[in-house]
Amino acid sequence: MAFQILLNFFLAFTWMFMTAEYNGLTFLIGYFFGLVILYILRRFFDRRFYIFNVLAAIKLLLIFIRELILSNIAVLKVILSPKLMNRPGIFALETELTKDWEITILSNLITLTPGTLVLEVSPDNKILYIHAMDIKDAEEAKQSIRNTFEKAIQEVSR
Amino acid sequence: MTEISKIIIGYLILQGAFLSIVAAVGLIRLPDPYTRNHAASKSATLGTISVLLGVFLFFWIIDGQINSRVLLGIIFVFMTAPVAGHLIGRAAYNTGVPLWERSIQDDLKKAREREKSRG
Repeated sequence: MAFQILLNFFLAFTWMFMTAEYNGLTFLIGYFFGLVILYILRRFFDRRFYIFNVLAAIKLLLIFIRELILSNIAVLKVILSPKLMNRPGIFALETELTKDWEITILSNLITLTPGTLVLEVSPDNKILYIHAMDIKDAEEAKQSIRNTFEKAIQEVSR
Repeated sequence: MTEISKIIIGYLILQGAFLSIVAAVGLIRLPDPYTRNHAASKSATLGTISVLLGVFLFFWIIDGQINSRVLLGIIFVFMTAPVAGHLIGRAAYNTGVPLWERSIQDDLKKAREREKSRG
């Protein structure tokens, strides 16, 4: 992916040299044409066309913001309820992600999810131990972590 | 235009202050370090971000000056607060701080015991 971006920059600079105009607008036009050329030549790269990765990263950022707001509302409800009826606990979650940065982003996301907080990552990077504010919701949280977060992160690194 | 943005800015800053108050109340009310950690790492994060966003919009729209340092501050808080929460919780667990007595499940303890029996 980084290689494709670098190639696109190179094509944009080539465009600037070919038109002999050196300003931001020419660069943007050259970047756009470079994008079209990379799209036409996409089958010669070993990874997919990089715009999809960029879109996936933006989607991941939006998920981050949504989860932050939802988790604040959830914590607000627990703190401001007249009686503390929640049952906290620690549950284990197996993850399919392997790379270090993927696991880091996953645990950051989980910490910002409603009512969950990562306590420990097992030494072989396969199990996350998560403290839940209310263990009743743990199964639900597990499912939503699997379906939305892991998928979104895998989509970025594909 | 400016009036509407003033309302939005005021709302953002009040929301940030409110969330910070809720986080402080949570620190007093909640029973054990882990649940307090929930309140501190979430409400305080969004509270700080709301206040900073309000400040950024104020200086942008009212004074016409874009302050990129505030944006960087938002990004830094957003990235570091969950990590801080994780590290505090982990340190508490590894030094043996007990969970609240009404906690009902502890998978990590089981894993630790398994490790110990294996050697």
